[in-house]
Parts: sequence; structure tokens; C-alpha cells
Amino acid sequence: MQDQDKNETLAVEAKGLFKSYGKIKAVNGIDLKIRKGEVFSLLGPNGAGKTTTVEMLEGIRTPDSGSIKILGLDPIKNVQDLRRKEGIIPQGFNFIEKITPKEAIAYYSTLFNVPNRSEELIKMTNLTNVSNVIFTDLSGGQKQKVGLCLALSNDPEILFLDEPTTGLDPQARRNIWEVIRKLKSEKRTIILTTHYLEEAEELADRVAIVDNGKIMAEGTPHEIIKEYGNGMRLNVDGEAGLLKVFRKIKGIKTKYGSGKFTVIFNSEKDIVKMVRALEKSGKKWSNLKISNETLEDVFLDLIGTKEKD
Amino acid sequence: MRLANIKADFVVYARNFLRTRSALFFTLLFPIIFLLVFGAIFSGGSTKVPLSVQNLNNGSAISLSFVSALNSTGLVTITAVPSNANIQTYINQNSIDAALVIPADFAQEVASSQNVNISFYYNPSQSSAQTAEQAVNLVIQSFNFKIANATPIIHAYVSPVSTTAVGYINYLIPGLIGFSVLTAGVFSMTNIVSSYKKEKIFRQLSLTPLTKGEWMVSKFTWNAIMAVVAIVLMISVGDLVFGAGITFNLYILPIVFFGVFGFISLGIVAGSISKNEETAAIIGNVITFPMMFLAGTFFPVSSMPMYLQEIAKFLPLYYVINGMNAIMLFGNVPGLLFNTGIVAAISLAFFFISMRVFSWKES
Ligand SMILES: Nc1ncnc2c1ncn2[C@@H]1O[C@H](COP(=O)(O)OP(=O)(O)OP(=O)(O)O)[C@@H](O)[C@H]1O
Ligand SMILES: [Mg+2]
Repeated sequence: MQDQDKNETLAVEAKGLFKSYGKIKAVNGIDLKIRKGEVFSLLGPNGAGKTTTVEMLEGIRTPDSGSIKILGLDPIKNVQDLRRKEGIIPQGFNFIEKITPKEAIAYYSTLFNVPNRSEELIKMTNLTNVSNVIFTDLSGGQKQKVGLCLALSNDPEILFLDEPTTGLDPQARRNIWEVIRKLKSEKRTIILTTHYLEEAEELADRVAIVDNGKIMAEGTPHEIIKEYGNGMRLNVDGEAGLLKVFRKIKGIKTKYGSGKFTVIFNSEKDIVKMVRALEKSGKKWSNLKISNETLEDVFLDLIGTKEKD
Repeated sequence: MRLANIKADFVVYARNFLRTRSALFFTLLFPIIFLLVFGAIFSGGSTKVPLSVQNLNNGSAISLSFVSALNSTGLVTITAVPSNANIQTYINQNSIDAALVIPADFAQEVASSQNVNISFYYNPSQSSAQTAEQAVNLVIQSFNFKIANATPIIHAYVSPVSTTAVGYINYLIPGLIGFSVLTAGVFSMTNIVSSYKKEKIFRQLSLTPLTKGEWMVSKFTWNAIMAVVAIVLMISVGDLVFGAGITFNLYILPIVFFGVFGFISLGIVAGSISKNEETAAIIGNVITFPMMFLAGTFFPVSSMPMYLQEIAKFLPLYYVINGMNAIMLFGNVPGLLFNTGIVAAISLAFFFISMRVFSWKES
């Protein structure tokens, strides 16, 4: 009874996913539960294992081990049924060279045996004036939008968008965001991988930060900041001697490098202590700034060890 | 298999093809260019071989009638060599394959029934020289009979093998039809499969309900149509430019379609097993070029050395061309059926291999 219940609310349920390429452990033990109607974002640096994970969910790649259910279907065994319910933009979307967006959508509609909605889709993605231009002659952003049109041509319940906005200009990116928001309002489940924290914060209900084939943190951006973040941070420029001054204050963490201090602390009272201590030291300081930690801070913190080398 | 899927994929492939000039060039224009070039080189409308004749007994009636008898065999085209030339030097300087010297005392010796020697020089590596020798022997024989006042009982009646199929051009057209079926199938599929793999188009197609089988049927249909267009074009150009006597023959369609089927399967295999587009292009060339020369596209297999003739029997194109020659040149239906059967069997084998090695999925 309980299982039945879960099946009705979960769009994606993956347990213990592993996938290696030779010695590289591309995905090293990932579990995911994504609810229907949710926008879920996989966030991570290059080579983190995002595409490998998503493509296993889509049924493009076969996991070495682990189990996956997408809308209650096994993506390998029930691939044909699943194809009709999912829309996919793979990373590095590409299409047949000399086919126009309009023709491509018509082609997909026939293959999926659904009504041809090319006009509606082309309008929604702002491709109207290039709807008869062959694929190779389109700009990167326009190509990506064709990918979105094709992914939507079968009116899918669940969408997998692997870096749909990478390499696009800010306006084209916002244009795609708008479409994603509209899709969300239509209660479709969306799995979005991205490098852009801004994009995840802007669109995602929940985020998973992936690194080295593992999920480092998962939850709403707010939850992640709360759980993995350290509250607030103070940035100030000054000489190394100030390190002693900060060390005397309890309950704060101080990092120093090339004339810049980053202090992480929890209580507003610490601000007063730090500012006083700075004044009393008589040493030079400048550019004092106090801020709440963002998702980006947490992200860089979590994957920091790797980014440094 | 869903007909609508095949149709949709066919339309997309056809559009992409027709918008790609190089594809059109290789499929339609390339064989026509070969037809024009080889046709022009080898036609001139005759199958006669050159024979140089030095008549040192010029003026004598008997030597002149000997030459005119040679002429009327219909096997040789005679070029006169000046009587003051040194024959050996002349042969070397003019790269002559077959030459004949009639001695100065020819008439005199014949009249007195003395033995007389005519010298025949030939290049043994040239089959045309053998034909010339044959003509010379024929004439010598008939002269010997005449001199001995005997009547030959056995006549060698030299006549073309078929009334229509004499010219090289008639031979060339079936060969080039085979060539275009081979190259269009192998080249287009090695190229498509390797580039679709690299460009991730197969990944994209694998996200739709389109199946590999439907995709292949659509490629087969397009290639079969292009093959028919190429055949009609070649026969028309052959007729208009060279006056070839070959007409479009519906009986060739099964062997052509099996050929298309086999060669696109072979192209799919080559494209699938190669790691990248460059390797695929090399494998495509390695398959097509030796096959196209050895299987009788440009020259009859029977004119090649024995060991090459044996090799030819392992090449599918050999049977495609043989079958078409059988029906188009000789009206030989059993010959066509036999070769069609062999081509069908080879093509099915290629098809099954292609289904094994061809995959849209990445590992
Ligand atoms: N087909 C493959 N063959 C070999 N190695 C692979 C293959 N696919 C992925 N990998 C490796 O697996 C790791 C994870 O790759 P993946 O593409 O999943 O990363 P990603 O998070 O999507 O990165 P990016 O942000 O750059 O797209 C990488 O180290 C990559 O080199
Ligand atoms: Mg990726």
C-alpha cells in the first residue's frame, strides 16, 4: 500500500547507481528520489558524473549496478514505453545537418504518432523567423531551442535537460528559463543539469550537488545553505598580522590568502567582536564586507578540494 | 515496423540528401562521368585491334590481296609501315603491339611454290596482339589452301557474339551500373554511419520510437530509387552519346535491388566497426576500389589473368555485373537468375552481419 503511494508521487526513483569507465568511477553510488511536478537540478563541476547519471535515468546508458524506476518504468526494459513519456535534450544536442526546425518537429511528431505542434513550439521558443533555416545554419542558441522543441514534441510528462543553456547569451538563457517555468506550471517533472548556480537557484525546487560521482548535498537551495553553509561571512583585506587578532575570537573560522581574509561565523554578535578587534589592533585594513552565504559559496566549499588542484 | 515511421524517415533522409551536393555528385554524376570518359577512350565504335603491316613486296598483286584479305577479316585495323623503315626500331619507337612484314620476294616465291616466311611481331602481354595473330593465321591458311588448290572443309566463321553487344560501350554500361550500386551503397552508408555516430545523431534517433530496422528500410528504399535513376541516366547517356544498343530491362531490378541491399549492409558494417570518420572512409575505399576493378566494371573479367579471375569470384560485384551482362548483352535469363540467387545470398549474409555490429547505443 505504501509502495503504491510512493509510485504515484515519485517521478524518479534510483537506488545505488554505479557506472565506471575503466578506472574512472563516473557514478559512484547515487540515490535519487524526485517527485512528480518537481524541478530538480543536478549541479556539479565538469566530469562530476551528471551526464552519466541523467543518461542512465533516460535509458541511454546502462548502469553497472543499481535500480531505476522512471514514472514506474524500467528505463532499459520498458524503453519504448518510456520514450513516449519523456522528453530529452542530451548534452551537446545535434541534429541532421540540412533539416529545418519545422521539418524536424514534423518528423518527431510522426515518429511519436502525436499531432504536429510545430507552430506552437516554434512560437514558444522564439524560432519563428528561422523555422525554415537548415540546422547547420542556426546559431548555438537556436540549435538548443530546436532541441527543446524536439524534446517537447511528444508532450512529455518528464523532461531531462542536460545543460540546456551552456554557451548561450544571457537573453537566450532567460528565454529558455521562461519556457522551463511554463513547463513547470504545466506540472511536468524536470531534471535539469547545469554549471550555473544562478540557474539552479532560479528554477529548481530542489538541488543535488554532485562531485566525483557522488551526491555531496541535496535539498532546496535554502536547506543546503542552512545545512552545509556556515551562516555568514566577513571579507576584509589586510596584512597577515591580522590573523592573530581573529584567532583570539572564539567560534569563528578564519581563512587567509594573499592579503584577503574570509571569516565564517554564525552569530551577529561576532560582527561586533571582529570590528572592535580590528580597530584595536591598529593595523591597516580595507574593503570590509559582510554577507550571507550563497549556494555558490556552499558549492565551492563542497567541491573546493578538487577545484584547487 | 511502422510504415509511417519509414515514410517520415525517408522524407527526412531524401531532403537531406537532395540538399547535399556532394551526395548527388557521387551517386548520379560520378558514374556518368566514368561512362563518358571510358566510353570516349574505348569506343570509336569498333572492336578491331591495330595491326601494322610493312609490305616490302609493294605493288605485287598477291601481296595486295593478302593485305586486303586481312582487312576483310574484320578483326584488324591496318596501318602501313613505310618500306624503308627498320621494323624493330619502328615497333619500339611507335609502341606497336602487333606488326607484320611481307618479304620483298613474296610474290615470286609464292608463284614458284617455294616456302615463304611472313614475319609477325607481337607483344605477348597484349590480348589485342593475339587477336591480330589470329587474323594473320586465318589469312595464311586460306592462302595456303588456294595455292594448293584445295577447298577448305572446315570454315571458321568469325562473327560477333551477339548482334547488339559488340561495342565496348555496351559492355561498359552494365559494369558501371554495378559500380554505381556498389559505390553509392558503400560510400553513403560508411559515411552516414560514422558521421551519425560522431555527431550523435544516432543517439538523437534512439530517443524516438524509430527502430533500426525502419531506419534501414528507409535507407534501402532511397538507395534503390537512386539506383534506378542512375541506371536510366546511364542507359540514356549511353544511347544518346555513344549510340549504345542497351535498353532498360525490368529483369535486372531484382539483382540491382539485392545489390543495393547487400552493399548498404556492407557500408553499415564498415561504418559501425570503424572508430572514426577517417577510418570509415579508408575502409570504404578498401572495399570498393579493388572490387570495382577486379569484378569487371571497366574490363571483362575474362580478359584478366587467371589468378585474378579466381579472385573476382569472391567479389559480390562480380555476380551483380555478370547477371546484368547475361540479360542485357545476351538475353540469357538462366544466367541472370543464377547470379541473382548468388547476390541475394551474399546480401543476406551482409545484412545479418550488419544487424549484429550496428548499434545506435553507446556503451
Ligand atoms: N563514454 C565514456 N567513456 C569513457 N569515460 C566516460 C564516458 N562518459 C563519461 N566518462 C567519464 O566519466 C566522468 C563523468 O562524466 P560526465 O559526462 O557524467 O560528467 P558531467 O558531470 O556531465 O560533466 P560536464 O559538466 O563536463 O558535462 C568523466 O570523468 C568522464 O571522462
Ligand atoms: Mg555533462
